[in-house]
Amino acid sequence: MIITDDQIREEIQKAISQNRVMLFMKGTPDFPRCGFSARTVEALNQAGAEFAAIDILPDPRIREQLSVHSGWPTIPQLFVDGELVGGCDIVTELSQTGELGRMVAPAA
Amino acid sequence: MTDQVRGLLEDAFPGGEVEVWPFSGADHLSTRIRSDRFAGLTLIDQHKLVYAPVQHLLDDGTIHALQIKTEAP
Repeated sequence: MIITDDQIREEIQKAISQNRVMLFMKGTPDFPRCGFSARTVEALNQAGAEFAAIDILPDPRIREQLSVHSGWPTIPQLFVDGELVGGCDIVTELSQTGELGRMVAPAA
Repeated sequence: MTDQVRGLLEDAFPGGEVEVWPFSGADHLSTRIRSDRFAGLTLIDQHKLVYAPVQHLLDDGTIHALQIKTEAP
């Protein structure tokens, strides 16, 4: 089966709109394949976040289309409520200030 | 590589303080920038300003990652 770029872009947009806290990463939360993705997962876990994750490694077009969508060049990328929050550095900084916990807290 | 990135960032943030150093191999760089261009911006917009001048080096794989710490005076 051939998957088109359009279908990949659609799946990315669907994942972002359907999951309040959505992480695009290298590897999976249980087996991150990059130190930056691992640190981001750790920060989310510490914040008690429930989040969905997509591994961008299986097809290079996932990363291409994601960066076109977000205007952000690197992986990982965290989205909350459909908005790009940032990559590893920003998520770590927000985690240290406690802001991340407030952002990912379940909507009342 | 470190010098090239430092030069690009210094050009992008005139009057700012720019530090660049390798933190894990030559293609993983870390930067700390203090600039009044960051005033009033969210973290995401601050980091986008930093990525812009070095975007081509990330795109072609010259640098794998850029760790960013921004400060407004």
